[in-house]
Amino acid sequence: MKKVLQGNEAIARGAWEAGVTVAAAYPGTPSSEILAEIAGYKEIAGQWSPNEKVAVEVASGASIAGARALACMKHVGMNVAADPFMTLAYTGIKGGFVIVVADDPNVHSSQNEQDSRNWARFAKVPMLEPGDAAECKDFTKMAFEISEQFDTPVLLKGETRVCHSDSLVELTERQESKVALGLDPKEASKYVMVPANVRVRRKTIETRMKELEAYADVFSRNVMEINDPEVGIIAAGAAYMYAKEAFPNYSFLKLGMVWPLPKKLIAEFFRKVKKVIIVEELDPFLETEIRALGFNVYHGKDVIPNMFELSPEIIAKSLMAEDYKEPETRVDPNDLPRRPPNMCAGCPHRALFYSLKKLGAFVFGDIGCYTLAFAPPLQALHTTICMGASIGQAYGAGKAMGKEGLGKICAVLGDSTFLHGGIGPVMDTVYNKGYSTTIILDNRTTGMTGLQEHAGTGYTLKGEPANMVNYETLVQALGVKNIRKVDPYKVKETMEVIKEEMERDDASVIITTNGPCMLHRREKRGFEYPFYAVDTDMCRGCKVCLELGCPAISWVVSEGETKDGKKRKGVVSINKSQCPGCGLCAQVCKFESIKAGA
Amino acid sequence: MENNKVTNILLSGVGGQGAILASNILAHVFVEAGYDVKKSEVHGMAQRGGDVTTHFRYGKKVYSPLIPYGGVDFLLAFELVEALRYINHCKPEARIVMNDQKILPPAVNLGLAEYPEGIPATFRQYFKENVHVVKGQEIALSLGNAQAANVVLVGAFSNFFPEIARDLWIGALMDLLPKKIHDLNIKAFDKGKETL
Ligand SMILES: Cc1ncc(C[n+]2csc(CCOP(=O)(O)OP(=O)(O)O)c2C)c(N)n1
Ligand code: SF4
Ligand code: SF4
Repeated sequence: MKKVLQGNEAIARGAWEAGVTVAAAYPGTPSSEILAEIAGYKEIAGQWSPNEKVAVEVASGASIAGARALACMKHVGMNVAADPFMTLAYTGIKGGFVIVVADDPNVHSSQNEQDSRNWARFAKVPMLEPGDAAECKDFTKMAFEISEQFDTPVLLKGETRVCHSDSLVELTERQESKVALGLDPKEASKYVMVPANVRVRRKTIETRMKELEAYADVFSRNVMEINDPEVGIIAAGAAYMYAKEAFPNYSFLKLGMVWPLPKKLIAEFFRKVKKVIIVEELDPFLETEIRALGFNVYHGKDVIPNMFELSPEIIAKSLMAEDYKEPETRVDPNDLPRRPPNMCAGCPHRALFYSLKKLGAFVFGDIGCYTLAFAPPLQALHTTICMGASIGQAYGAGKAMGKEGLGKICAVLGDSTFLHGGIGPVMDTVYNKGYSTTIILDNRTTGMTGLQEHAGTGYTLKGEPANMVNYETLVQALGVKNIRKVDPYKVKETMEVIKEEMERDDASVIITTNGPCMLHRREKRGFEYPFYAVDTDMCRGCKVCLELGCPAISWVVSEGETKDGKKRKGVVSINKSQCPGCGLCAQVCKFESIKAGA
Repeated sequence: MENNKVTNILLSGVGGQGAILASNILAHVFVEAGYDVKKSEVHGMAQRGGDVTTHFRYGKKVYSPLIPYGGVDFLLAFELVEALRYINHCKPEARIVMNDQKILPPAVNLGLAEYPEGIPATFRQYFKENVHVVKGQEIALSLGNAQAANVVLVGAFSNFFPEIARDLWIGALMDLLPKKIHDLNIKAFDKGKETL
């Protein structure tokens, strides 16, 4: 049976068909849907881990017990998981072990644009790169076979245009793994990575790489298509799809396995085709390796961009130079008003950042929906590096500033981000006598990536009730003495608490309450009033409420005066169907012109 | 490679307008009609009011999930500025259905930018009689539910594919939508179909 599936759904399906029984991940665009899909397969124990390192450790433990196991993450997740990953490359596996790492060329939704193929070379493990949903499913299954055949973790590289594109996939039945479950203490030397054992495994890796290189030459998804003998393209994944679209008549060497490279096949391609071009997104990964093998590459990164994503026309333009005919420009798209992402109307983050802005704090920020507070009109968040970085940075800034920094510094991060990487740095702040304030935005979900559960929500990936982390007792145990709770929708009180804690010469943590994400289905408690409305008799058009950037509030030009005779250039208006009634704007208005609706 | 003609459909709109459902209907229909299809959603953070576009392609064999710039054969736009944003993506002979709806972008809401006027006229300047403006909301509301505007537009759009029988479209609606809104959406589809 054939079905249209998204790339991520196809990876999940491939894992299921391959007999996977354990899958762990931390969400991250564009990989999050894999586990969401896995949640529906009863044969797989699928779970959200607090971060990618834990996910890889969970999956590798399952593998050592003999299960086929999967871990998934976005590209930057691999930075977090790198520690176990680099050494698991030494130990190898027992049940097939596959790590999906999904890149984000063009940075649609990420903090950087790193090229994950480098991990394969770095760790000396094989990497497969599918180009559409059908390949996602097939390659996932093959990855498990390769893993067991060569005793190695296998990387499966996804990317936005593969993970988030749909195409036809042939479905087959699940086959249970042939590896027997069980733990054998006699295998310890394979898994205890102390120097004596490491040296043994180190040699095994080199032998394994030699065997994998030979395998790459016969791997059924490294495919040569000889069409035009003059020009040929070497490409993989989405880049192959784009290049094939742009130049269907050229010859192609399509690599399903991007590491290690099929040296004989590449040599044969160079013999059969006169000019060989390498088309790849981001780094010159294939190109560097192929040039190092001594081949004369006709074109590569000399013409193909080494940043952002490729597309059929970018490839055509790069290779055809002056011969490329640019389509007609009818309207300059830069002249059109954009629709940048914004926090939802009523979002608890907006309220909190408004307070921070009024206090003039320097906010060490983190990654989540609240990162959007960097943008105008709020502009109340001043750094974003990686998950959990805010706390250590705020602490470090305090060390640098000394007493001068009191009252000015805080770290702000979401609940999911805090559990991902925030616990260690809070402990550090207390231990090393820092004074910074950490604000945890507890909106009871992983909002940014589409509402995933985590250890603080009280539910598992499969929707079962579970333990719920208590942030207060957690940070208390870390040694924090000053722990406060604020309702972010109460602006005055919130500002007072934050001010007090920022001025305190001791570490403090503020946890938001009454602030679930607006998209949260489970906690449908609304606000006190169903919406707010502007009293147009009173509104002076001062625009203060517009500084909130609430999407429900708009400006209406209408020169005139208020009922009590004050001149004005216009009034604001609240879109009733968009406003959930959070009441924030009413607190901001100095003329009491925004009132609760009934 | 003339025998492998791939047809390119671009859907554009604002998060929450139902463009995703529309693209799922297209995928369903063209798979049933025996084509290879590829569909790629392009959205930063749609839930938060951003724009959403879907590249949909069908043919004997489709490679790229993305439509080459300037290669759109059919544009289905759920909002006027979101139509205009992709005017350069259209082939000169492209055929267009656009919803007669304005959703003000934030800069317009804040009085910092103006909403472009005369969008259908701008399109007609280049695409002449191939431009169709459909009052999706109005028609859907007359049937009792503005939510069905997306299906009204799909109905209008279906006229561009006379080789595809009505049954296939209706079949897709029945497969993709909950039973209790089948009647509403079939009516919406047919009303939309009558508009061009
Ligand atoms: C290492 C790493 N893993 C995953 C992500 C993807 N990601 C970005 S924000 C975010 C979660 C944000 O959740 P939370 O902190 O609860 O804030 P919210 O969006 O709910 O406001 C995730 C998983 C990332 N950027 N980096
Ligand atoms: S999804 Fe939730 S956390 Fe994100 S902006 Fe909307 S309300 Fe705020
Ligand atoms: S009450 Fe005011 S700030 Fe809150 S959602 Fe409504 S319009 Fe926006």
